[in-house]
Amino acid sequence: MKYLSEYRNFEETKGYLKRIEETVTQTWKIMEVCGGQTHGLVKNGILDLLPDQVQMIHGPGCPVCVTPLNLIDKAVELLENDVIVCSFGDMIRVPGSKKSLLEAKAHGGDLRVLYSPLEAVNIAKENPHKEVVFFAVGFETTAPANALSVMQAQKEGVTNYSILVSHVLVPPAMEAILDDEFCNINAFLGAGHVCAIMGYKDYISLSEHYRIPIIITGFEPLDLVQGIYMAICQLESGQYKVENQYSRVVKEEGNVAALKVINEVFEIGNREWRGIGEIPNSGYVLTEAYRAYDAEFKFGIHRLHVAENPKCIAGEILKGIKKPHQCSEFGKHCNPSNPLGAPMVSSEGACAAYYHFSNNVITSK
Amino acid sequence: MDIQKLGFDTINLGHGSGGLMTRDLLDNIIFQTFDNPILDKKHDGAMVNFEGQIAISTDSFVVSPVFFKGGNIGELAVHGTVNDVAMCGAIPKYISLAFIIEEGLSLSEFITIVKSIKKAADESGVHIITGDTKVVEKGKGDKIFINTTGFGPLHPKANISTMCIREGDSIVLSGSVATHGMAIMSERQGLEFESDIVSDTTNLNYLVRDLLDAFGDQIHFLRDPTRGGLSGVLTEIVQDTGIGISIFEDRIPIEKQVAAACEILGLDPLYVANEGVFIAIVDKAIEASVIQFMQKDVKGANAVCIGEMTTAATGKVILNSRIGGKRIVSPLIGEQLPRIC
Repeated sequence: MKYLSEYRNFEETKGYLKRIEETVTQTWKIMEVCGGQTHGLVKNGILDLLPDQVQMIHGPGCPVCVTPLNLIDKAVELLENDVIVCSFGDMIRVPGSKKSLLEAKAHGGDLRVLYSPLEAVNIAKENPHKEVVFFAVGFETTAPANALSVMQAQKEGVTNYSILVSHVLVPPAMEAILDDEFCNINAFLGAGHVCAIMGYKDYISLSEHYRIPIIITGFEPLDLVQGIYMAICQLESGQYKVENQYSRVVKEEGNVAALKVINEVFEIGNREWRGIGEIPNSGYVLTEAYRAYDAEFKFGIHRLHVAENPKCIAGEILKGIKKPHQCSEFGKHCNPSNPLGAPMVSSEGACAAYYHFSNNVITSK
Repeated sequence: MDIQKLGFDTINLGHGSGGLMTRDLLDNIIFQTFDNPILDKKHDGAMVNFEGQIAISTDSFVVSPVFFKGGNIGELAVHGTVNDVAMCGAIPKYISLAFIIEEGLSLSEFITIVKSIKKAADESGVHIITGDTKVVEKGKGDKIFINTTGFGPLHPKANISTMCIREGDSIVLSGSVATHGMAIMSERQGLEFESDIVSDTTNLNYLVRDLLDAFGDQIHFLRDPTRGGLSGVLTEIVQDTGIGISIFEDRIPIEKQVAAACEILGLDPLYVANEGVFIAIVDKAIEASVIQFMQKDVKGANAVCIGEMTTAATGKVILNSRIGGKRIVSPLIGEQLPRIC
């Protein structure tokens, strides 16, 4: 397991924690953008190892958490209308306004949990008399595979396949967070895997415009503490620039082949974010040439618009304004078996991470 | 067994009717395979003699896919129940065997499963003494479901109970975690990935018997962490005892490719199902001897102490991470789902 075990090294990690402690002189709030990073911080018990002055704010980078309620309702509606709906695993338990995909499955819906969207194209080929929809959720990371499935379907003349697109982009979300009047974030740990696809050119202008350090960071314990250390160094010396901690995976220009596939199938459009609302130019929509593979268009399900549960403060959680345990419903009326909102469902959701790994006892920072 | 002689190649509703077709299936396959004096009486139930306390355990097996690398539902149905009886500190002797078959199951698959059951039962030293066969309509099952109930006398030296667990006891794990769960996962439709992960399903009753022979009531508790994984068993123990558990991430054995598969799917190996492993909570004084003893047996070759019972965190399982952090291990909620990215 090269490139993994090295980054779980006790001594090295301890060394960076020590350097952080020696460098920090005042309180800094650092947002880790990606839910995978939140998961890594909590799972490895890093939050408790950081000095009190380093406060980690959990960002919006959990694809499951930011998928709006109405899209889940649309997927449920498809499932209830004899469509085979295929989805990534952690999407299926997220509550819609009436039910989750898992509950719709229990009522007889044909729901398939897949690892690769290309498998959904195979299911469409095996079921020529049925419609098959892949619930294309995710940030830039999953966009290439989802785009590829559409290209594959077109190439093979598979007409009973389409995707329900809910793709969102990271930089517009970071801008929305920075523009929020309550924002008090001093630095970002950029989402490593998103940048593996997209590169980090977009982040350079963002860092300059908002005068904020951005460290593109990985997910292992050593990655995380090294990323935090790099952010602290910039903050303490009054600098703001983009640095790449995750250079073993991320190149400035990104993954050129993957970008080509994305640009072939998707174009940038407005997207609604769960808990945040609509952000202009913040997601992908299928281009005109691939409209036939757009499930919303194909099944005429544009009209569904539903309100969020008013008790869920997912928006404040996703913008880093509040921590999960600061929610009055946390662990009481909202828990993983009965979630009020998506951040309590996905393993990358900040609320679920707090609930599973800290029970709000060990971690209180 | 000559399939051609039987005159049918798939199981249909008639084989569960209780009529001649059922009798045909039982006589030619079941009774012939499991032949023993108790079963041969062909009564509605079995009659056996026992003195003293017995342990009894029942389990239903609904694994999908039915055939997987390293085994099939048949041996799983024997091992699962044999091991559950053994974990009570008992010597499994007899099991019942009930099939719920979905019509359309090929006879050759059924025979393969039955043969696996026979082999597993022989290796575990148990007899199949009563059973049942039902057939349901296509679409109302998933090829085949099996229920087994096993029982046997308590080991004379055993005193296995959460009541016996004490602060300071050592938690010994007999082998690598998550192997069975990932073997199954690697063959599930939609999640298939190429791997050589082979299920470690096996009977643990002899190793448990030998441990009890050697260490008696210094073995305080035994449990095989099947569904719900290691985390499931550990969190149950802290709930039942009120004592806490402290375990160390870097001590928990896991096969390299199992760890890699968990990484790929975003699954935590602590929550993945196991088959051929168990935990023994033992007096600290015998920890080293128990590990040494277990390591001499192929089924305990990777035995290791993963942690201890502690009052430092009452009623909680604390995992000490590789990098020196701590986190609470909470029970699994619903099914563990592969992550998006």
